[in-house]
Amino acid sequence: MADMIVVQDLVKNYGDFCAVNHISFAVPEGKIFGFLGPNGAGKTTTIKMLTTILDPTSGLIRVNGHDPVQERKQVRRSFGIVFQDPSLDDELTALENVDLHGALYGVPRGERMKRAQSLLELVGLWDRRNDLVKQYSGGMKRRLEVARALLHRPRILFLDEPTIGLDPQTRNHIWGYIDTLSKEQNVTVFFTTHYMEEADRVAAECAVIDHGKIVAQGTPAALKQQTDSPTLEDAFIALTGHAIREEEANAVDRMRMMGRAWRGTRR
Amino acid sequence: MRAIYVLCIRQLKRYVRSPARIVGSLGQPLIFLLALGFGLGAMVARGGGGNYVDFIAPGIVAMAIMFTAVFSGIEIIWDRQFGFLKETLVAPVSRFEIAFGRVLGGALVAMLQGVAAFLICLIIGFRVHDWLLLPVALIFMFLISLLFTAIGTAIGSVLQDMQGFPLVMNFLVMPLFFFSDALYPMNGLPKILEGALRLNPVTYGVDGIRGSFSSTFAFHIATDFGVLIVLSLILLAIGSYLFSKIQL
Repeated sequence: MADMIVVQDLVKNYGDFCAVNHISFAVPEGKIFGFLGPNGAGKTTTIKMLTTILDPTSGLIRVNGHDPVQERKQVRRSFGIVFQDPSLDDELTALENVDLHGALYGVPRGERMKRAQSLLELVGLWDRRNDLVKQYSGGMKRRLEVARALLHRPRILFLDEPTIGLDPQTRNHIWGYIDTLSKEQNVTVFFTTHYMEEADRVAAECAVIDHGKIVAQGTPAALKQQTDSPTLEDAFIALTGHAIREEEANAVDRMRMMGRAWRGTRR
Repeated sequence: MRAIYVLCIRQLKRYVRSPARIVGSLGQPLIFLLALGFGLGAMVARGGGGNYVDFIAPGIVAMAIMFTAVFSGIEIIWDRQFGFLKETLVAPVSRFEIAFGRVLGGALVAMLQGVAAFLICLIIGFRVHDWLLLPVALIFMFLISLLFTAIGTAIGSVLQDMQGFPLVMNFLVMPLFFFSDALYPMNGLPKILEGALRLNPVTYGVDGIRGSFSSTFAFHIATDFGVLIVLSLILLAIGSYLFSKIQL
């Protein structure tokens, strides 16, 4: 089985600060891979490098066999992504968001509509397709983002904390689609989460990253065994310690907070 | 090409779905037109300066365009905040196409706003000398839209949050408006002020619109056209370049 994601000796420095420090891993095709770590450990930075948003300081990355720095377009066509924060246009309807995505990825119009219908039906939003996204709840937005990310039939799906802030029902649904997708269509899934029981349930393999370094890697069972822990959460704490991590808010985060306060409640 | 088209359509949809914004941004030109057009207009008429409403209407149209256009460009900051920018930046489309789609969409929105301001001017009493030149006026309106959306895009690509927005409005857009020929003619001004007007692209845009409606240009129509098109292209290049450098 070919590896859909290969990372070797990857480094990302911001000035003196080393966000990602010589990490290596590989994700075989069709597998669900969990990338776990406390806040500020380097998870999102790694996803950004894998998805062409950020260029690495050094090291090798192959996504679907392509280099994200040299072959951006091929890499971008290969994956779909659900970001940590919502990335929908609130002023458009659900269907318009999905359709716009399809157009950006060069999916022909007729095909776009067909796929949009089947995906929106899959996530249970077809009846609400003509509602503006700003009228959607947090869970509906997440489901819509999953549907959108799949419209161009990517070989790899990146999910950065896809279930954060969602109720157990929605979380179950989302992992249900993702599991089906990986089994039936052989889509490779790379996700991060803070919910260890989710990782335990869906991931075929996990890597635990802390302070920019991978501290453990293996199946959830192997990680539990290695740390002699009853649950993956205990294993995670055994591997990364008890200290609470602080993340520095950047300008965009500060603005989001202002925006939230200003617009009233948001997810 | 498809990316440019769909991003353009997106901007237009957002515009027509927000009537509050449309009406809101017509308030300022309306106040200027009423207060200056009739307030100062009475004095101008006593001094033998002719119909002041006819004189400033093209300037007011330009003002409506400038403000909307800069805001459309700066909307990148909102898209960054609400996340949609990421969706476009990971799509298999070049950043230049995305930037161009955004600028074109924003420019069309600003242009529509300019047409709305023009209609208000007509209602209030603006008289068009030669309707045959309307398409020429529309071209000038579009060029101003393009130029200022490109400026907004360049600024929006660099600014991290909306905190800098008043700075842009008060130290860039306002001076460009007031130190142009929008509210007063260029002849007979102090030399320094006249120099400022000559260096200001808005002067040429307003002259283009005013000339088309009144059939008298202060500069040659080709000069107006040339200045705007060259500057628009330069700003478009700068705007797309800065946009392509955005890091999330």
